[in-house]
Formats: sequence, structure tokens, C-alpha cells
Amino acid sequence: MSVRRADTLGGRAAVVGIGATEFSKDSGRSELTLAAEAVRAALDDAGLAPSDVDGLVTFTMDTSPEIAVAQATGIGELSFFSRVHYGGGAACATVQQAALAVATGIAEVVVCYRAFNERSGRRFGSGVQHREPSAEGTALGWNLPPGLLTPASWVAMAARRYLHTYGLTPEAFGHVAVTGRRYAATNPAAYFHGRPITLADHAASRPIVEPLRLLDCCQETDGGQALVVTTAERARDLRRPPALITAAAQGAGRAQEQMTSYYRDEFYPSDLAGLPEMGVVARQLWRTSGYGPADIDVAVLYDHFTPFVLMQLEEFGFCAPGEAAAFVADGALPLNTHGGQLGEAYLHGMNGIAEAVRQVRGSAVNQVPDVAHALVTAGTGVPTSGLILGRDGG
Amino acid sequence: MSGGDGARGAAVSGDDALYARLKAFEGRPAATGGRGKDPVNAAMIRHWCEAMGDTHPAYRGPDAVAPPTMLQAWTMGGLSGHTDRSPAYDELSALLDGAGCTAVVATDCEQEYLRPLRPGDEITFDAVIESVSPRKTTKLGSGYFVTTRMDVRVDGELAGAHRFRILKYVPGKGSSGPGGPAPEADPAPRKGTPEPVAAPRDAPARPRPVINRDNAGFWAGVAEHRLLIQRCTGCGRLRMPWLPGCARCGAPEWDTVEAGGGGTVHSYVVMHHPPFPAFDPPYAVALIALEEGVRLVAGVTGVPPDAVRVGMPVRLEFQQVRDGKGAWELPVFRAEPGAARAPREEG
Repeated sequence: MSVRRADTLGGRAAVVGIGATEFSKDSGRSELTLAAEAVRAALDDAGLAPSDVDGLVTFTMDTSPEIAVAQATGIGELSFFSRVHYGGGAACATVQQAALAVATGIAEVVVCYRAFNERSGRRFGSGVQHREPSAEGTALGWNLPPGLLTPASWVAMAARRYLHTYGLTPEAFGHVAVTGRRYAATNPAAYFHGRPITLADHAASRPIVEPLRLLDCCQETDGGQALVVTTAERARDLRRPPALITAAAQGAGRAQEQMTSYYRDEFYPSDLAGLPEMGVVARQLWRTSGYGPADIDVAVLYDHFTPFVLMQLEEFGFCAPGEAAAFVADGALPLNTHGGQLGEAYLHGMNGIAEAVRQVRGSAVNQVPDVAHALVTAGTGVPTSGLILGRDGG
Repeated sequence: MSGGDGARGAAVSGDDALYARLKAFEGRPAATGGRGKDPVNAAMIRHWCEAMGDTHPAYRGPDAVAPPTMLQAWTMGGLSGHTDRSPAYDELSALLDGAGCTAVVATDCEQEYLRPLRPGDEITFDAVIESVSPRKTTKLGSGYFVTTRMDVRVDGELAGAHRFRILKYVPGKGSSGPGGPAPEADPAPRKGTPEPVAAPRDAPARPRPVINRDNAGFWAGVAEHRLLIQRCTGCGRLRMPWLPGCARCGAPEWDTVEAGGGGTVHSYVVMHHPPFPAFDPPYAVALIALEEGVRLVAGVTGVPPDAVRVGMPVRLEFQQVRDGKGAWELPVFRAEPGAARAPREEG
């Protein structure tokens, strides 16, 4: 699907393997080692061998090149390798890239991966104080001299405007945090396994960048996650039930910035209170799949910061603008059932795709009954991506 | 080698905490165990005299003496540099650099001559940090005078003393480097200019404007206390941030209009964590909607951070910020009088 018309990719590829390392605060090994472990685990899950793989996709931010991962895992010659930019916005787009490759015969089996020591190594939360004067560095550079230096601060500027626009208080963000931690509490793989929180805990947590509090911010994680993609035909012969890639989309809005899209009121009436780039993704996913919000059985929405989960629900049309906090509190839509990045792990959205696959397979620890369609999204506030994964024959 | 007086007319600004630390260096060695790289010799004497136009017969012939003013020349390191400078002197320099006194100028020297130097004399020397002045404000900028005294000896006997004074100072206007003008002592501050932020003794590095060819004009304007908005000459649309083309019509041509200075807080945050050495949390950063209809991210002054509100009227000012490496201007927005009395609207 393009921005203007439906595409022909939907249903032609599937996620057939998922694999991850443990999620920790100090992995004790290299990022390449984590990537290789995740790739091996995903191939084992799929019942495929490294020799079956001819494509690799990752993030531009990843430090482990495709060729290094191939060497470290015994993968042979590659006919397809690709990287997607814009931080966590790349997550679902790596699967889209893989689907494009296998659907067109460019490759047969493509592994998407992301691995980092984001907690024990370079922490994104520690902020930015310097940028090179490239176009990209200069764009972010407008924010640095007055001291707007962290991802939390870039999101908080939009979050404040969201509260102002709809007459809400910061407690509105608490429902997302409580939901994520409730699911994490029953997920043994989650860092916050066994540690649910209440709305009062959220309200009492210390300010990070007002209006955001500690419990509005996702954790930081060391770990790796990989996903194996092949054609729908081949998927049906493999070990696991396939998670068909029913629809896949990328989206960038007009006057798009990375985390600081503060200058586009001319193009979008929602202004800072919306995520127009996710609206671009949503329009494409609905059009190609033919589905709408009522068809989604479980949603895994990127949750590095709680306010953007609310805006995503509104962009996808699950509820009206300004009503997402009440929508989440109501609990009608199973949301971030692995615990999200708030509760399970911050793997730049890739662990969320794995959860959507498990929900479609019926193997999730917090399994939603009879999942036919799962929605999963990538990083918010940046150019982003999304997927609808479906049960074969569903 | 004139006995100039660089400190003349300088104003004493009084002791400060940094000065106490600088003062502790007095009496510590600036150089120890120095040896002249060459013995006193006829060739260097001749070169000196020719360069100076000095034809005095005492400096020629079999009984020649060296011109007394050559005293320092016999101690110089040449292109290969000094190996005898003391750690104390390096520490003192680093302390001053860290306080923003990155510029240096030699102001004057004084010499005493106790015995003539003759060809063949092997000289040795030691130097001491004799004094550090209180902070002074000069036409060049504000800083500290550092005086060293070097004793020059032949066979252990004192032959002369060389007292040398420098000014280490915060570079001021008129000596701008690549970082742009640094108006330390602007003789005629613009109306409405806030006081510079606290002096940068040991000031940690602040994030600098990220400047390239596409936005240099904006920052050049800021340095002149003008906030320049790009205007597309194709469709007339105003735009911020600066870009080499129009997001509405795509035209590459543009000019600028100067912001009138009025605006409102469109959104804002209050920064608490993590701490950054150059900032003092909690502090507010706002997205300002200028009256011209464009926006920029800037600090808010004139009210405590918890009194900033969406919709608060603000007015443009320029604030000088500094760190240990320099000073530059930033646009900031001051809450209009009475604006802070708006009721708390959320949270």
C-alpha cells in the first residue's frame, strides 16, 4: 500500500521464527554476541538453519553489521541486506523490508534483528549535548542550547500540549503504565516480572521531565531480539504456525522531525497532540488489510513514553482524540500484553513484534483468546512503521 | 622589551574564590633546572645587534660582552620548545583556561643586570611564579595578571633577573574567534539585555548551537541580538527552523524578517533528571509561538519554572551564556509582567 493506494504485499510473507536473549541491565557480553544469540534462537524457533538465510535487516542504529552477524552465525552468502533509519521507528519496517524481499524473490529467508547494551553501554536516556552540523545534527541541534536534551524532554513537550488541548492532568498517562506493568507482572521474561504498580504509584513517582514522571518512561535494557521472515508458502511447511504479514507500512508526516516535530500546525490541526506519521501508517494498514479497529484482537503499541500510546490509539481510531486515557482504563483492547517496553524490556520495539507473533500463534504467556489479527507499531515521535499480523486462514 | 604597564587603568574587581586558588601558586616554581641551549656566543650577539640596529662597539671584538637586554634570549627554548616548565605553571594555566581565561597577552617585562655575560658563558636559570593579581577588567577583557621571575646564573652566580608578566583573560568583543563574538565587556549593552549568567569559573561545557551553512544566518542574527525568521520568497510562508527550501511550496529562495519579539508559551517542560553539569534543574524549556506565527524552543526567564504556563505572554531577550571555552548569545523569553499569576492549569 502506498500513501495513495493499496499495495500488493499483504499476505505474501510471514514471521516464522522469533528469538531473544534474556533481558537484563548488564548483559556482560558484546552487542554482536547478543545479536548472534538472538538470530540463532529465532532460526531454532523456525526450524531453519543458518544456511537457509540469504537476507538480513537491522536498524541504522545497530552496531552489529549484517556481515558480522552472518559470519558469527554461519550464515552464508547474502542476496539482501538493508537497514532502516530513525531509531525505534525502524522496528516494523525491518519486517516490511524482509517481506518485500521474500515476496519478490530477492531473498528466500530474511532475519531481522536488533541487539544492544542500551543499559550497561550507551544509554539513550543520558541525553545529547553535542551534534555534528549535518542536516540531521542541525535539526536536533535547535533544541540543545536551551537544555532540551533528552528523549523524555522531547516527548514531554508534546505531552504537555496534549494535556492542555484536552484539559487533562498527568494522571491520564498512568493507565498505560499500570496496564504494562500488570502484564509484565505475569510474564517471566519481563524485567518487572512480579512487580505490578498502581495509579497511586504512578502519581507518586518522581518527576523526570514534567509532565512526565519516572513511571511514564520505559526502562533501559541490554538484550537482543530477532525475527525470521519467509514467504507465506514456505511458512506453511515450517515448525510454527505462521504469523502472516497481513499489512506492513512506514510513515513520515509533513514537516517531520525526529522526536521534535513542533512546527507543523500548518499541516496538521492536531499539532503536538497527535502523531501524524502514525496516522500515515494507520491509513495504509487499514486500507491494505481491509480491517478497522474493531477487527484488532490485541495491540502492541510502542511505549517508550506513555503519552504516545494514547496518541497512537487516537491515530488508529480506537477512540476519539483526547479519549485514549479513558479507553485504556476501560481495558476493552488487550494492550501490550508482554508488559511493553515499560514492563518487559526496551528492545527498540522488536520484542513487541515477537509478542504479536506469539499472540497470533496462541503461545503468549498472557494469551488473549482466539487472536486473528494483531496490530504492532514501531517508535513514536519519529518516522515510524507498523504491522498487522494475522493467523493463517484467519 | 619596554617597561610598559599593562595594568594601568585596570579596575580591581576584588578577590573571589578563584583568586584564592590562583594566589596559592605564588612562590611555586615556574621552571626549574633550566640550561641555556647554547653558550653565550658571538654569532647570536651579532644577529641580535643587526636586528636591533645596535652598533655599540662593546658588543664586538675580542673582549665583547653580550647586550644586557639579551638576557632572556639565552634562556629561550627555540622551535624545539621548553622542557623545563613546571607542573605548577601548567596547573595554573589550566585553572585559568577552565575559568574562561583562555586568551593570553604578554604585557610587560623588567630586567635587572648584575654582571655582564660574555661569549663562552654557560647559563642556567630557574623561574618562580612571583605573583597573581586579583581579577582585573581591562579593555581586552577581564582576567588575571601572572608575573614570573627568572633568575639567570653563570657558574651558579646570579647574572641577572627577568620579570615577565602576562594577562590571562576571557576574550572579549573585538577578538572574536570561530565561535563568534563574545561580548564580555560590551561598552553599550542593548536595552533589555539581561545580566550575563554567572561567571564561568570552572564552568562545565554547555551544549552549543549546531551551526552549518543552512542556519548560520540565524545564529549570526542572534549574535547581533536579532531573531531572524526565514521567509519563502516563492509563497511568502515564514519558517522556523531554518531550512534551504519551503515545506509548503518547495521553493529554494528565501529572505528574512526580524521577529518583533512578542510571543506566547505554546508548550513547555520542566527538566529534572538526569542532571547536566551546565544546567541547574529544575529549569523550564518552552516551545515559543512568536507573534509572527512561527515557533522556536527557548528558555523562559523572569518566573520560576513551576510558574510557566501554556499561553503565557513572553518577550524576546538575548542572554549571554558561557562555559570554560567561550561565550555566546542565545534567544530567551521573559515572562511578561503579571503573566505568572495565571492559575495552575494542570497537574
